[in-house]
Amino acid sequence: MSTPAPQTAEYCSHLLRPGNTNCAGCGMSLALQWLDQGLAGEKPMMVIPACCGIVTAGAFPTSSYGVPTAASTFASSPAVATGLSLVAEQNAEDYPVVCWTGDGGTYDIGMATLSAAAERNENMIYVCYDNEIYGNTGGQRSSATPEGVATSTTPRGKIERKKDIMAIMAGHRIPYAATLSLAHRDDFLRKVRTARQTDGFKFLLILSPCPTGWKSDPAMGTELIRSAVRCGLFPLYEVFDGVRYRINERPDGLPVEEYMKHQRRYRAASVDPAVMKLRIEQQWRLLNALAEMFPAEYD
Amino acid sequence: MARDLVTGNYAAGHALAVAGEANRGARGCGAGAYPITPQTEIIEYLRGFQFAKGRVVPVESEHSAMGVCIGVSLGGARSFTASSANGLTYMTENVFAAGFYRLPIVMIAVNRTLGPPWNIWVDQGDSLALRDAPWMQFYVESHQDLVDTILVSFRVAEDHRILLPAMVAMDGFITSHTQMIVDLPEQEQADRYLPLCDVPHRLRHDHPATVGGLTWPRETEHHRIEIQQAMERVPQVLTEALDEFAKIFGRRPHGALSAEHTEDAEVVLVACNTMARTLRRVVEEQRSRGRRVGLIKLKMFRPFPREEFRRAIGSARKIGVLDRNHSPGSGGIFWQEIAATLQGRSDLLLQDYLVGLGGGDVTPKILTEILDDLTARRAPVEPLWKEVAS
Repeated sequence: MSTPAPQTAEYCSHLLRPGNTNCAGCGMSLALQWLDQGLAGEKPMMVIPACCGIVTAGAFPTSSYGVPTAASTFASSPAVATGLSLVAEQNAEDYPVVCWTGDGGTYDIGMATLSAAAERNENMIYVCYDNEIYGNTGGQRSSATPEGVATSTTPRGKIERKKDIMAIMAGHRIPYAATLSLAHRDDFLRKVRTARQTDGFKFLLILSPCPTGWKSDPAMGTELIRSAVRCGLFPLYEVFDGVRYRINERPDGLPVEEYMKHQRRYRAASVDPAVMKLRIEQQWRLLNALAEMFPAEYD
Repeated sequence: MARDLVTGNYAAGHALAVAGEANRGARGCGAGAYPITPQTEIIEYLRGFQFAKGRVVPVESEHSAMGVCIGVSLGGARSFTASSANGLTYMTENVFAAGFYRLPIVMIAVNRTLGPPWNIWVDQGDSLALRDAPWMQFYVESHQDLVDTILVSFRVAEDHRILLPAMVAMDGFITSHTQMIVDLPEQEQADRYLPLCDVPHRLRHDHPATVGGLTWPRETEHHRIEIQQAMERVPQVLTEALDEFAKIFGRRPHGALSAEHTEDAEVVLVACNTMARTLRRVVEEQRSRGRRVGLIKLKMFRPFPREEFRRAIGSARKIGVLDRNHSPGSGGIFWQEIAATLQGRSDLLLQDYLVGLGGGDVTPKILTEILDDLTARRAPVEPLWKEVAS
């Protein structure tokens, strides 16, 4: 039996308190702690739509969140955050308003709401912890699920390609969009700080391991993300105002098989490593061209 | 007080704006706004208004319009919006959410027929589709009633004994787009009438709660019981809000319902919105000919004023309900409520008339025919379609 976490005032003031019910190895648990650290003690106001992130809170009247948090309807987090943000602004209150959402709420059901809040350049930090699956409902495909992968609603493997959410958000010309890795802490914290210091709409995308849905070893999460960055599957980069690019990490030649082999979701017959390598190459050709033509230093 | 000839939409926009501005001494106001016929001029008015402390956000859908209102209200500011027809049904999920959060948002529903097929004219099927949401619902009969009821709604909704959102419904085009002479409230009057908005469970850093998370059946049951109890307190709080209104504005709007000429009536018709105004004229005309007829104008549909209704029918033995809405497979929605209210009264004849659906013009002639039908009727039948379009 494990020792219960101490429920001291110091722990309770954390953004994510100890004692939550997240699965072992959930990437979102680490991401929440790093968000807290990146904000360096500043307490945000959070809006969380239907997703694992609201289950994290636990049952009323207790909560695992040590910051004021609203559980919104599935598609509404950026709309609710717009309301909170405007009230904060007109009352000269300066705390970050954070949407904390999964890929279902971002890529799928919340897309219109997200697009509209981005277009209005509302002042908020929108974070998507992308586990490439509807994790809360037990692992169904979303438009963030990679091509070929088996899920409970794509038992023979997903046919469609993963949506490029970063390109979509960059297309909104928002001040800041970035991808964040749970294997690169300094880079992660720096990007949270950059988001906090930037006015307007900020979009942060985190590839978040889900041992339950990915059928992977809970202890392997960080290494999986490191592999995803090293093989080029998950590029680390930033986009400023939708037109200036900065690449933070480049692939080091690690074969994509090293990423895939520890996850049973990639064992579907539909998964073709050759196609995955082609996609990675295409993705980097585009990203390199953009970063060369439109560097972050250019204005 | 500014006395002016204005449309219903203008009047509603003005009332919402002065109510929002009246909270500038507290956390201000905010709204999400999205256009749909026939309410669009309301949100245009709000977007044009220069708030000292408030912002109206032009969102991408009604669902998000209510989403922004929820955020504004959770932030502790006054909030409001307006919609119609399919806009209301598109918004539905967040309409329920706003009530379940116990947020005192006020929404104008300009009644319009749900489609497809598309029809822009009045029918109450849209707001009544939301009857099971935790919202108060008021149906107004005139422009003045509209303006007054909006201000009263804020006061009732934000009262800590209530903390429920309120919907104020008016007839599409008949009210929204016609002009009437209205006493429009001055800012100073709204300031005096409306206490500063205080949402006690707003999100705050000194008490970092999670609002709207998971509850077990036991807590959920209590949550629903508390909503019901708040609804049961509405008649008392409404009466107080009307009394207070009369002190400041010198007129007292109708309450939950008004019983007119029912003291000696044998036959009573029940109506709401502008249909009640037409019916009033018909009833008065018939009474001048010696017929003992009366009318009950229903203004408050949620909570449904059961006690007041039972008292209001007096000695009447025949009651007809005019429903400008239709619940397929059942009948009129007001009729259902009234049938439930009058259960056990086997001495009464209760008849439903489905009339004016899709915006058909309900003329005095039509209402006279209904009154004649009800007077002659020996036993009730299934809801009767009284077709008016020709």
